[in-house]
Parts: sequence; structure tokens; C-alpha cells
Amino acid sequence: MDKKLFCLAAIFDKVDDITKAAKKVAESEYKFFDVHTPYPVHGLSQKMKLKPSTLGYIALILGLSGAALALLLMYYTKTLNYPQNIGGKPTFALPAFIPITFEVTVLLASVGTVLAMLFIYFKFPNNSHPLHGTEYMDKVSLDKFGLIIEAKDPQFDEFKVKEFLGSLNPEVIMPIYYDPEDLNFKAEIFHPKFMLLLGVVIVLTAGISYILLNKWKQIPPRNWMWEQPRLNVQSSSSFFSDGFGMRTPVPGTVSRGNFPYVYSGLPDTMAKNLINPVLMNEYHLKKGKEHYNTFCSPCHGYFGKGDSRLNNQFPNPPSLHSDKLRNWTDGQIYHVITVGQNIMPSYASQLEPIERWQIVNYIRALQRALNAREEDLNE
Amino acid sequence: MAVDYTQEAPVIEGNYSFRDISDIISKPMETIPDKKYFIALGISLSMFGVGILCWILTFVYGVGKWGNNVPVGWGFDITNFVFWIGIGHAGTLISAILFLFRQRWRTGIARFAEAMTIFAVINAALFPLFHVGRPWLGYWLFPYPNNYKLWVNFTSPLLWDVFAVSTYFIVSLIFWYIGLIPDFASLRERTKNKIKKVIYSIFSLGWRFSHRHWHNYEMIYLILAGFATPLVLSVHTIVSFDFAVSIIPGWHTTIFPPYFVAGAVFSGFAMVQNVLIFIRKIFNMEDIITIDTLEKMNKIIIVTGTMVGYAYGMEFFIAWYSGNPPEQFAFLNRAFGDYAWAYWIMVTCNVVFPQLFWIRKIRRNIIIMFIIGVIVNIGMWFERFVIVVTSLSRDFLPSSWDYFKPTLVDIGILLGSFGFFFTLIILFTKTLPVVSIAEVKAVLKQAQPSHHGEAQNG
Ligand code: HEC
Repeated sequence: MDKKLFCLAAIFDKVDDITKAAKKVAESEYKFFDVHTPYPVHGLSQKMKLKPSTLGYIALILGLSGAALALLLMYYTKTLNYPQNIGGKPTFALPAFIPITFEVTVLLASVGTVLAMLFIYFKFPNNSHPLHGTEYMDKVSLDKFGLIIEAKDPQFDEFKVKEFLGSLNPEVIMPIYYDPEDLNFKAEIFHPKFMLLLGVVIVLTAGISYILLNKWKQIPPRNWMWEQPRLNVQSSSSFFSDGFGMRTPVPGTVSRGNFPYVYSGLPDTMAKNLINPVLMNEYHLKKGKEHYNTFCSPCHGYFGKGDSRLNNQFPNPPSLHSDKLRNWTDGQIYHVITVGQNIMPSYASQLEPIERWQIVNYIRALQRALNAREEDLNE
Repeated sequence: MAVDYTQEAPVIEGNYSFRDISDIISKPMETIPDKKYFIALGISLSMFGVGILCWILTFVYGVGKWGNNVPVGWGFDITNFVFWIGIGHAGTLISAILFLFRQRWRTGIARFAEAMTIFAVINAALFPLFHVGRPWLGYWLFPYPNNYKLWVNFTSPLLWDVFAVSTYFIVSLIFWYIGLIPDFASLRERTKNKIKKVIYSIFSLGWRFSHRHWHNYEMIYLILAGFATPLVLSVHTIVSFDFAVSIIPGWHTTIFPPYFVAGAVFSGFAMVQNVLIFIRKIFNMEDIITIDTLEKMNKIIIVTGTMVGYAYGMEFFIAWYSGNPPEQFAFLNRAFGDYAWAYWIMVTCNVVFPQLFWIRKIRRNIIIMFIIGVIVNIGMWFERFVIVVTSLSRDFLPSSWDYFKPTLVDIGILLGSFGFFFTLIILFTKTLPVVSIAEVKAVLKQAQPSHHGEAQNG
């Protein structure tokens, strides 16, 4: 493959020579020139007539956005999303937010500006630039100073440029060639090696995340304190002489609040005459509504119409607005909640007696809403 | 003794060519390490191993393995955290603040000091991570949308610390890396080894010494130095807020931020000085890391040491002047209570010994300055211990007062943290240029253009 000329390069030994040369080339008609030095040489930028770096503005913009971002995040979380009273401070406690605002400002400004410089200004990474791997690069990286004029310059004429460079008194002048093929290199996505690598990466990430999320978190002590030195229900214990972990109540005692319900199996005779101890007022209705919506509405629907939200995974119950139910006493409804009915389970373990009565009241209110009486209109 | 103060002393002694500089600095990376290297590595690795063992014990059995008790909930863990963060501060001071003040003597030591910053911060960050008890949930420290619908408490100094330390780490790392890019490029051109060449090419990102790049590069260096300067001051300020914002007597003082920053620079410089004494000897860099440089570091040690001493005195004065009985008790207890031994170790190490640096001979004597450096670090470790433990062990409720005793695990972790730090340093000396090649070249005598009346019209 033919090689194309990239540039003509001149190499200088002394720093004074390169500053002079840089000044001359900047004053000449060539625009695509560059100077290479092993370390930053002071004053070279002015000689080369480079515009002041604009990185400062980028840092400013990024810094201000960092500050705004931090303040917005703290404002959103502490004032809108989850307001909390911490030591009586206002939810938007500006003085206490300053440290974090400052840190985020610095973080965003410095990281962002560096990334902008490397990847936008310099277009790095770029290891395929024609200068790489040349003798020229070898020298300017160590102890020489180089100046190049690129072939893409509109004024470029190999002979004239050579003459011009010669007039600067360099140590050597050398042409630098490149292979256009190298620059046209395109990554082959479907190359078998790349696909293999991709496969390995996928399997590894999937495997590691699986292990981390499913296995790692289960090993004590990382299992969220599931395992503790305590007695589980129905387990044995060597502590007690009978070997059982669970204890039976002391004979003749009833545990607090555990008042036995004695009318199971007697809905129509005894339960019927139970008296509702809860008043029909706003407080109890509100509570009743809460409990009803939590415990009953999934099957009976929010208004007791039997429109279950369980998508037929459980048989739909009958409406609570039937004539039968409207004629039931409060005690009978209470009875169904307490012991259940056919496939409807008992709610005795979830609801305290008073809560059950509150629900009964709420059901009454629902029924009344669908069958309003004449006098209700007056209110 | 005639010293000419009208002329700035050369940063690099002797006559070196650019090539010599590259050769000297790259030599450790191009030669196979000798026996002494492996002995040193072996020692530090075994210390590190003890540390790992103790970390594992902590990981499996929890922080109950430590000596922390009620009321001393912060023991060795937070002491070590503050100590290591402080060590890190010297690096940023050298690389950023001295850069802004155009102290050219920083060039020989900046790279190394920055590396120490990074290693020290990694080291420090481990302590609070384990201190929270369930380190595998450490990510809870950051605000991210989660299924508990909870946010971190942005008004807590402990959270400020999370932000300060992580920002500090990231910014130090990129600052360091930016400085390394041109050096990676020189190494890339030097090396004959194919694998090394690939590695250096990747890390140099294709740097090609173009002045159009240097032009922006110098700008970013200035910007980063400008950001790192307030950052480094903020980090130890915020660390001190962990204490000062609480109401424990002995902690609740406004002098803490400047006092902590001065202490951090104090101990950090002592550590950098100690390590550099070895490096310049082992790698024959006596002319790059000169005795003048070490002397200047010793001067900073005496300045910051005196500031720390002043803070010790001022704390006592304020305790008396405030007329606040718990505060007065806290300080009397510090000097004459159960932990008086620790207090007086701290005072002798930090206030008395560094004052020897007033004498020029001592400032320039390698052995004595090394010993004083070690003493300073012992003293500064005890300073943190005194602050953390004495105040907590005598809190507001006399019935809960208790004496803190470290366990073997605590001591193992402390030992391990030194092992970890020195292991990283030893590995660093053989893998990366310990002195910045490009920066040192730039301060050689022949490096900058001679201004034959050209400066004005140039
Ligand atoms: C798991 C679904 C489910 C839940 C939850 C549920 N029920 Fe039922 N309920 C049923 C079914 C099904 C029936 C019909 C039972 C039958 O076949 O007799 C029923 C029947 C009833 C009846 C008798 C209706 C009649 O016409 O015989 C009443 C009263 C009742 N439920 C009240 C409640 C109350 C009050 C709650 C809340 C504490 C509740 N239910 C919670 C499924 C449920």
C-alpha cells in the first residue's frame, strides 16, 4: 500500500531555537503546524499565537451546574419527597446543605473539565495518530524539540516547506508518512474473537450478579438478620425439661385481650342477639372504612358489591347489599367476620373485636347509601 | 555560614541533561527488583496479611470484635480514619497549594506525595465502611432512589464526610492521572517490551507532546489545583465537623476545623518526608529530591506543628474562659485523667520535638529529621486517639463512664493499615514513575527559554 505524506518535521536541540522557530512559523502563511516538546515550555503559546484556553469556561459552567444539582437534589428529597424534622431544622436547611453543595460543585467541575479536555478537546484516546511510532515522536518525547507542518495545509508545497524549515536552522528535517489504511481501520463487530469476548463478559457479569444477589446475600451475617439465636415456633429446645420450645399457658388463665368467642356454630340463635357496642359516629365510621378497605375490599369490593379485585383467583362473594344482609342483625355480620362463612376465612386474628364492630357500622353505612330513605334528603 | 538569599536555589542540583532525567526516573521500572525490595515487600505484606485477617474477623463476627463499648462508640476505627485522611492531606497540599504559590521545589516530590494521598484515602475509607457494621450495605451511604423510599440525611456531618471523602478521592485520583499522562507517553516511547508498550499506550491515551495540548494541559492543571485547594481544606474541616457539630464536651469547639487541617498537614508532611528519605537513597535521586527540599518540608512541619501546639493551648484557655463546667472537666480529665498518658505522649511528640527544627543543622540532618518525622506521626495518631476516646469515655452521664481498651483485632487492623499503605507504596515505586519526568525536565536550568530582552515583545 502506498504511504501518504503526513507532514514535514524539523527537530531542534535547544529550547531557544524552538521558541524562535515557533514564532516564525506562526507568522508565516502556514496554519496547520504544531510544536512538540517533552515538557511544557513557557511562553511558547504566545509565540505560536494560540488563543487562551477555554477550559475555564467549561469548569465554570460545570461547577455551577454541580451546585444547582446538589441543591435541587437536597431540596427535592428533604422538602418535597420525604420531609423530615431533624433537630427542629427547617426542611430546607441551607447552611447545613452548604458542605455537600460545595463538594458536588468541585466534583462535577473537576471531573467534567478533565473529561472534556481529554475526549472533546484532544479527541483522545488516539493511538493511531500518524506521529505515533515514528523516530520523531521518540525524540520529542525525550530531549528534542520538534516542529511540524502538515501536508493538509492549503499552502503546503513539499519543496517550499523544506526550504522554509531549513531557514530555521534545525538539526534535521524529516518527512513523516502514514498509511491511510491504518486510519480507515474499522472495528469489526462480528469478528469471532470479539464475539467470544462479548460472550465471556456476558456470562461473567450475569454469573457474578446472580451470585451476589441470590447467594451472597443469603450467607450469614449478610442475610438481613434472619438468622438469630431465638426459638422458632414449633421448634424444640433443650432449655425446657419437656424438650418443647413452645410453652402451654398456666392452667386456669386467659392471656390478656384473648377473650374467647363462644358462639361459633350458633349464628342464628346466640350471635344474632349480640349488641353492637360501637356508636354510629364519624370517628368509628372512618376507622371502619380504613379496616374495611384493608381487609374486606379485595374480595367484596370498595362498596360491597362483590366486585372482587382478585381476577377470579378466588370465587366472587355475594353482594353485601342483598335483602338478606340488610335484614341481618349487626351480630350476624359480626359473627361472619369473627368465624368466617364457608370459604370466607375468619378475621379474628387480624381484627380486634372493636374493629370488627367498626366494620359492621361501615357496612351499614354502605347499605344505607344505596337504599337511602326519605328523611336522608333533609340532611 | 554564607547563604545567598538573592538567588532562588536551583530545584535540581547538579548538571543533568533531559535524557539523564528520563533515565534516572525510569530506571526503577526497567530493572528487576532486588532482594531488598522483596524483603521490604514481604514485611509490609505480612503486616497487611494480619490486617486482612482482622478485617475478615470483623466482617464475619461484626464490630463486637473491637474494643468499642458504651459510651466509647468511636474507638480505633475513627481514630485511624482521621489519622489516614490527615496523612493524605500533605499530597494535595504539595501538588495543589504549593503549585498555586509557584513553589518550584514541589516538582520533585509532588508525584509521590499525590500517590500517598490516594493510598491513604483508600486506607481511611475502609474504617468508616466497617464501622457502620454491615459493610456490604455501604452503598446505603449514598443518596439513590430505593425501594425503602428513604433518603440519606443531608444535614448530618457524617454524610458530609461521605461526600467530602469520596470527592477528595476522585479528584486526587484524576489530578494524579493527569500528571501521569505525559510520563506514560515517555515510557511508551522508551520501552522495548511489547506488553509494557500496550499498557503504556492505553494509559497515555495517545498523548503526543503537542504544544497545542500542553497549552490546555497547563490550564487544566491550574484549574484542578484551584479546585483541589479549597477541597483539601474542606475535607479535614468536614472531618472535624464530625466532632465539632456534636455537643460532647471537648469536641464542641469552633477551633476544630483549622486545628484539624493544620494537624493533617503536619502529620502528612512527616509521613511524606519519612518515605522520601528512603526513596531518594534507594533510587539515587538525591539530586532531584534534594536536601533543600527536605529542609523546606521540615519548615512546614515546624509551622504546622506550632499551630497545633497553639490549638492545644487555646482549647484549655477557652475551656477556662467559657466558664462551662463540663467543658472544664473534659480538659482537666484530658490532661490528668485516665488517659493522661496518651495526652502527654501527644504533647511531647507534637509540640516539643518538632521545635528542634529551628536549628538548621537538625533540619538538614537526614537521620534526626527521620526520627522526628516518626515521632510526629506517633504524636498525631495519639492526638486523634485523645480527641476521640477521652471525650467519649467521660460523656454527660457519669453512670455510663467507661475505659476504652483496644482488642487484639483493633491492633491488628491498625498494623494492617500500615501494611496496606506501605505495600501500595512499594509496588508503586516499581510500576510508575515516582517523580514526574515532564515536570522535572521543565525545571532544569536549560529547560526554559533565555529571555534576551525578548520577553516583552514576545
Ligand atoms: C378472601 C376473600 C374475602 C374477604 C377478604 C372477605 N370476604 Fe366476606 N365473603 C367472601 C366470600 C367468598 C363469601 C361468601 C361465602 C359463602 O359462600 O357463604 C363471603 C361472605 C361474606 C358475608 C356473608 C354474605 C352472605 O350473603 O352470606 C359477609 C357479611 C362478609 N363476607 C363480610 C366480610 C367482611 C366484613 C370482611 C372484612 C373483614 C370480609 N367479608 C372479607 C370472601 C371474602
